[in-house]
Amino acid sequence: MQVPSHVEYERATSVEHALTLLGRPDHRVLAGGHSLIPMMKLRLAQPGVLVDINGLAELAYITLDDGAGRGGAGGGGQLRIGALARHADLLDSQLAGRHFPIFHDAERVVADPIVRLWGTIGGSLCQADPSEDLSAVFAAVRATAVIRGQDGDRKVPVREFHRGPYETVVGPGELLAEIRVPVTTGTGSAYEKVARRVGDWSVAAAAALLQLDHGTVKQAGIGLTAVGAEHFVAAEAEDFLRGQPATEENFAQAATIAAEHCHPVADQRGPEDYKRHLVAELTTRALRRAAGRASRTAGKTA
Amino acid sequence: MTIRVAVTVNGTEYARDVEPRLLLIHFLRDELGLTGSHWGCDTSNCGSCVVWLDKTPVKACTVLAAMADGHIVRTVEDLERDGRLDPVQQGFIECHGLQCGFCTPGMMMTARWLLDRNPDPAEAEIREVLSGQVCRCTGYENIVRSVRWAAEHAEGTAT
Repeated sequence: MQVPSHVEYERATSVEHALTLLGRPDHRVLAGGHSLIPMMKLRLAQPGVLVDINGLAELAYITLDDGAGRGGAGGGGQLRIGALARHADLLDSQLAGRHFPIFHDAERVVADPIVRLWGTIGGSLCQADPSEDLSAVFAAVRATAVIRGQDGDRKVPVREFHRGPYETVVGPGELLAEIRVPVTTGTGSAYEKVARRVGDWSVAAAAALLQLDHGTVKQAGIGLTAVGAEHFVAAEAEDFLRGQPATEENFAQAATIAAEHCHPVADQRGPEDYKRHLVAELTTRALRRAAGRASRTAGKTA
Repeated sequence: MTIRVAVTVNGTEYARDVEPRLLLIHFLRDELGLTGSHWGCDTSNCGSCVVWLDKTPVKACTVLAAMADGHIVRTVEDLERDGRLDPVQQGFIECHGLQCGFCTPGMMMTARWLLDRNPDPAEAEIREVLSGQVCRCTGYENIVRSVRWAAEHAEGTAT
C-alpha cells in the first residue's frame, strides 16, 4: 500500500493567502496533485505542509488579449492561460486550439482523460519533469511565465523557467500564476509524440512552431521532450531554420541537427540511438505539420 | 495531527477527523465503509477507484480526503436508485461487461459521466474516455458494448 508520509494541510482562500503560506519553510503547492501525490507516495517528495490552491477559481481561465490598445505588434495579442486551468480545459478550448493547434496535439496525449480533468497547466510546468509534454510545447511557442510574489509579478520566459529536472525558478513565497503565449500571424504549430502505450510518458516528442513569410521561415520554435535538451529547446535547429525556405529538405536537416544536439539517456523506454532516431523523425513531422498549418492560417488572414 | 473532513457522499453528509495524508479512496472504503469503489494500482493507472468529485470523475487514489472537504462525492453505490439500476449497470449485465468485476465500479462511474455529457457517444469516444482504465478480463469489447447499450436504453435515467 502506497500512502504519503505525514504531512500537514492548509487550504488557500485567496492568492494572497497562498503567497503568505508559501513564504513559510517546507510549504508546497498542491494543485491537481496528479504528479505530487504519486511522488509523495514514493517518498520522492516529502513536503511538510501542503497548500491546496484548488479553490482559487481566479487562477483557472483561458483568455485572449487581442492586443488592441497595446500597439498590437506582429499581429498582436496573447493567449493567457491561468495556472490552475486543467489539461481538459486547454484541450476543450477552441480559442487555444484555433491559435495554437499544438496545444490540442499535446493535450490529447497527456496522460488519460480522467487525469486530464484534474492535472493543471501550471502544475505541469512547475513539476518540471523531464518527460512532461507541456514544457517543450511552451518552450516552442516562446511562452512567458508570470510568477506572483508578495511584491507583485515577475515575468520569466519559459525557456528560462526550468533550472533542471524537477526544479524551477519559482522561489519560496511565490506562485506561478499565468502562462502567456504571444499570438502572431502566419504561424502554425504541432506536437508529435511516441509513447509505448496510450497515456504513457514520451519516449521522445517534438514540438514545433513556424512563422512563415512567403515560404520562408521567419521564426522557428522547436521543443523536445524527454531527451535531455537544454531548457527543452533545440536551439541549434532553430538557428539553422531561421531565414531558410520552408522545404522538406530543410526540415529534415533541422531535425538531424536537433537529434545531434540533444542528450537522451538509455532507460526502460529505449536506447539512446533509438531516441535520437525518434527526435529526428518526430521533429521532421512536427515541422511539416506546423508549416502546413501556417500556410492555411496565412491563407485565411491574408 | 488530524483535520476535520466534512463531505457529502451519495447525498449523505459525513464528517470524520483524519490524517491529512489519507487518500480519498481509503477514506471512502475504511472510514465510511463504502467498499464499492475499488483500490487497485495505487498509481493512477488502473482507474478502478474512479468516483465523482463535484460531478467530475477522479482517481480517488490520487486525491487526498482533505481535498474533498466541503465537496460532493458520488460513488458507484449511488448508481442504483430505489431498487432501479442505472442503464449503465443494466448494460454491463446485458452485455457481459465484466468478468471478475474489479474494474467495474470505475468503468461505470466514468461511463455515467460520459453519457451525461454525450448521450449518444460513438464507440471511438467511449474507448477514448475509458482509456485511462484497465480491464484485465474482457478485452474491453463488452465494456464498450455495455456503454452503448446504456446509451440506447437511456429512458427514465435519473441523474
